[in-house]
Amino acid sequence: MSQHEIALTVNGRARRARVPARMSLVDFLRDELRLTGTHVGCEHGVCGACSVLMEGRPVRSCLVFAVQAEGTEIITVEGLAPDAEGLSILQDSFWELHALQCGYCTPGMLIAAHALLARNSAPSEDEIREAIGGNLCRCTGYKQIVDAVSLAARRMRGANRPEDAR
Amino acid sequence: MNDAPASFRYVGKARRAREHRRFIAGSGRYVADVELPGMLHVALAASPHASARIGAIGRDAALALPGVRAVVTGAEIAAATEPMMSGLDLPKVLRWPLAVGEARYAGEWVAAVVAETRPLAEDAAELLDISYDALPAVVDPEAALRPEAPAVHPAHGSNLLYRRKFTWGPVAEIFAAATHRIQYRARWHRSATVPIETFGVVARWDASARLVEIWASVQMPKYSDQIARALKLPGNAVKVHYDIDVGGSYGGKRGLKHAVLAAYLARRLGAPVRLIEDRLENLRGGDAHGPDRIFDVEMAFDDDGTVRAMKMRALDDVGAYAGRAPFQLGKPVGAIVGPYRIAAVEYEPISVTTNKTPEEAVRGFGQAPTNFAIETGIDLVARRLGLDRIELRRRNMIRRDEFPYTIPSGSTYDSGDYDAVLQKALAAADYPALVARRDAARAQGKLAGIGISCCLEPSGGNSSFEPLLNPKNETTTWMEGCLVRIDAVGAIVAAMGTTSAGQGHETLLSTVVGEVLERDPESVRAVRADSLWALPSNSPVGSRMAIMLGAAAANAARKVKDQLLAIAAHRLGAGAAELSYRGGDVLLASDPARRITWDALVDIAHRKFHLLPPGMEPGLQALAVAEVPTGGSLPGPDGRVQMYPCYAFEAHVVYAEVDPVTGQTRLGKYVCGHDCGVMINPDIVYGMTYGGIAHGIGAALYERFAYDAEGQLVSGSFMDYLLPSAHEVPDIAIVDHCTPSPHTVFGQKGSGEAGYLGAPAAVASAVNDALSPMGLHVAELPMTPAALGELLAARDEEGK
Repeated sequence: MSQHEIALTVNGRARRARVPARMSLVDFLRDELRLTGTHVGCEHGVCGACSVLMEGRPVRSCLVFAVQAEGTEIITVEGLAPDAEGLSILQDSFWELHALQCGYCTPGMLIAAHALLARNSAPSEDEIREAIGGNLCRCTGYKQIVDAVSLAARRMRGANRPEDAR
Repeated sequence: MNDAPASFRYVGKARRAREHRRFIAGSGRYVADVELPGMLHVALAASPHASARIGAIGRDAALALPGVRAVVTGAEIAAATEPMMSGLDLPKVLRWPLAVGEARYAGEWVAAVVAETRPLAEDAAELLDISYDALPAVVDPEAALRPEAPAVHPAHGSNLLYRRKFTWGPVAEIFAAATHRIQYRARWHRSATVPIETFGVVARWDASARLVEIWASVQMPKYSDQIARALKLPGNAVKVHYDIDVGGSYGGKRGLKHAVLAAYLARRLGAPVRLIEDRLENLRGGDAHGPDRIFDVEMAFDDDGTVRAMKMRALDDVGAYAGRAPFQLGKPVGAIVGPYRIAAVEYEPISVTTNKTPEEAVRGFGQAPTNFAIETGIDLVARRLGLDRIELRRRNMIRRDEFPYTIPSGSTYDSGDYDAVLQKALAAADYPALVARRDAARAQGKLAGIGISCCLEPSGGNSSFEPLLNPKNETTTWMEGCLVRIDAVGAIVAAMGTTSAGQGHETLLSTVVGEVLERDPESVRAVRADSLWALPSNSPVGSRMAIMLGAAAANAARKVKDQLLAIAAHRLGAGAAELSYRGGDVLLASDPARRITWDALVDIAHRKFHLLPPGMEPGLQALAVAEVPTGGSLPGPDGRVQMYPCYAFEAHVVYAEVDPVTGQTRLGKYVCGHDCGVMINPDIVYGMTYGGIAHGIGAALYERFAYDAEGQLVSGSFMDYLLPSAHEVPDIAIVDHCTPSPHTVFGQKGSGEAGYLGAPAAVASAVNDALSPMGLHVAELPMTPAALGELLAARDEEGK
C-alpha cells in the first residue's frame, strides 16, 4: 500500500501526516488525529453522519480519501465552538430545543446546518429540510432539529430575545 | 398513590437534557471511540449461501499477511463456549457466534479474522478459502411449515419453534351468533430499528484478575450474565462497562454473539479486541431484523359496528436462530384488543424458523405489527358497514369510567381517556378542513386519503411473556435498581446500572432525585455503575425506565430523605411527624426558626457519629430496587396474564396523497394525540414520539429486508434499505393529554415506544382511504412506491 505525505488544516491547526492511499478522511480524522466527534454510519455516503466541512462546504468524509484533503481546510464538530468551554449558537440551540437524542448523527447534522446558516441567514423550513435532507437521524423525526436550526438563525440574526427560545 | 401534577417542582417542566452537552460538542464516548493499547481488530467472513454445509477453511494465505494474528472458525468457538441462551425451550436449536458445521442464512458469520488494523483484517478475510456444499434453503415462512420443507435445524425436527392457541372468552359462540364477520390477512414484512451507529464491542481479558471487560453499544437485559454463561465463566468474571454512549438502538442492539466472540478472541490472543460492524455486516449479519408477520384475522360484529370477538393467527418468521425474538409474539397478549371492548379473543402465535437473518427486538416488541393488524380490521369493519371510521372507533373504545379495565387475555389496563385523546387529535388536525382538503384533491383526480389509528403503548417492561411462552421459565420480576448518595460536601450522585441510547436517563435520574430531595436537578450528577457494582437492571426495554428507574430513583432518594429527617428529629428532640422538610433543610413545623440546614445534616451524617441517632449507619446513601408494579405472578394455565403495568394511548391523524404513476406516498398534516400520564421531561417524550412516528413511517412506506427466492438479502445497503429523511417525514404536531397511572410514583407511564406503535397503522389507513374510491385495499407493509405503483398499474391495465 503506497504511503503519501499530506498537509492540511484541521480546526485551524496545521497538520502533516503520512497516510496509506486508501485511508478515508474519516478514518484519518478519527484514528490518526483522534478527533472522534465525527461518526461513521454507513461508509457508503448515504447517512451523512461523517459530514465535515472541507473548504467551507459539507462533504461526506467516508467518501473522501485522506490524500484528497491535501492542502484543504477541514472543520469538524470539534471546531464549531468558539473555545473549549463554549458552544456555538447553533450547538446551544440544538441543546435548548432537544434536537438530538442518542447524539450519533448530531455532529453531521450540526455541520450541515452550520453550512446552511453560513450562506442563508433566514432559511425557511423547506430550506432547512433541504439542507439536512442528506443526513439521516433515527431518533428525532427531524422536527426538533428543524426547529433548532430555525432558532439558531433567529439568534444569529441578532434577534436573540427570550421569546425566541420557544 | 400519586401527587397531582401541579404540585411538582421539576417533574414535567421544560429542562435541557443533561447528556446533550457532550453530544453537541462532539465529545460523546461511543464504543468506536474506545482506544486501548495493543488493540486488535476483527473482520468477518460471511456465508454466501442461505444454507450450506461448511467444508474446509483454507487460511494459509490470510495468515501469511503481515499483521494478521488469527483466523477463528465456528468449530473452535463451539469447542470453547456454551451455545447462546434461547428464550424458548429449544434444546436442539443451538446457536454460536460463528456458524458451526452449517451456515443457515446468507451473511452468517463463518470465520473471524483478527489483525492489527481493520483494513488488514478485511484484506485477510478476502483471502480465506472456504468451501461450501450448498443445501436447499427455505425462505417463505408458510412454505417452511410444510412437511417437505428442508429443516433449518434438522436436529429440531421441523421448522416450527412455537405454536399455541389461546382462547379467552366464548369466541366460538360469539362467532356462531354474529350478524357480521370479516376475515382478512395483514402482512408485516421484516424491517428493523437500524440505528445510525452499527453494533460494536471492545473486549479485554485481564489475565491476572481473570476478568473479561466489555464495552459495547448495547441495550440488552442480563447482558453480563449471558456473556458469562456462554464463556463458562462465573458471573463476577465479566465486567460490562455501561458508561458507553449508544448511538441509537430502539430495541435492536442486543449484540450477544459479538461480545462472546470478541471476549473469546481477546482471551485467546492476550490483547484487547474490537469488533465494529460495517453496514453490510450490520444489515445482513448483525442478527437484528425485526418481526416478519402474517396475520390471519377474523372479527365478529353487530350492525352498529360493535366488535364482539376476534380470532388472530400470527405467524412470525424469526429467521435462522431463536434468541429472545419469539417472545415478540407474547408481549402483544397484554394489549391484544387494543383500546377496544372486544369481549372474546382467540390468539394463535406461531413461530417459524427459515434461512434468513435472525430476528431481534424492535421498538414495541411485536406490538406495532399487532396494532396494525387490529386497526386494519377496524377500518375494514367500517368499510363493510359504510360507517365512519372515527365513529366506529368511538363506539368500541373502552370508556374513561371503565378503568381499571381487564381485557380477555387477563391484563388490566390501568387508566385512560381514549375518546378525549382522539377528540383532541381531531381538533388539532382541524378534521373537517382535512376532509374538505381530501375531497378537493380527489375532485382534481388525486388519490388523497386520511389515516386514523388508535393504539395502545403498553409500558413498564415486565417479562411475563417469558413464562407465557416457555413453561420452564419462571421469571416474575424485571427489577430495576438505583443508588442515591449525598457526598460529604452535600452534592448528590445517582447511579444506574445500564447504558442509554438517547432516552435521556441521566436527565430522568437528576429530575426525579431532585424532585424528591427538593434540590436543583442541575446539581445532581447521574453516573453509570458497571455490571459488577450490584445495581440490578433489566435495561431500557419495554418503555420501562420512566416507570422503573423512576421508581428506583424516587425510592432511593426517599430513603436518604428519611435518614435526613431521622437525624434532624434526633437533634431537635422531636418526632418525625412534627418536622417539615424544605429544600433539604428540616424544621419544626410549629416553630420554623428551629431548623437544621442541609449542610449541617450532611456534616453530621459524614463526620459526627456522636450526633447521629443510636444505631444509624454513618454516611448518606441508599439503594432501592423496584419490582414492576402489578408484576410478580405467573400466567394462568389458560395463558391469562398481567403483561405490563401501564398503558399509554395514542391517536394518529394523517393526510396522504399517493402519486398514481410512481406510487410514492406523500404525507401532509400529521397529528398525534398522546397520553402517557405525567411526563417527567416533556421534550424527551415529544422527541421519542416524533422519532417513533418517523420510524413507523419507514416501516409503513419504505423499509424492507427483501429476500430473493434463493434467500439472498437484496437490501443490504442504505441504497436499498431506505430510511426516511427530513423530506419524507412531515411536520408532526403532538397534542397532549394526561391521565395519570395509579401504579407509579408521579403518575407517569412509559413512552419510549410512542409513535411507532400507531404510525404504521395510521399511514396504512391513509393510503387505503386514498385507494378506496378505486375499490382497492392493501394490507401489506411496507407500501413502497414500487408496490403501490405496480398495484395501480395493474388496475389501469384491468380498466383498459
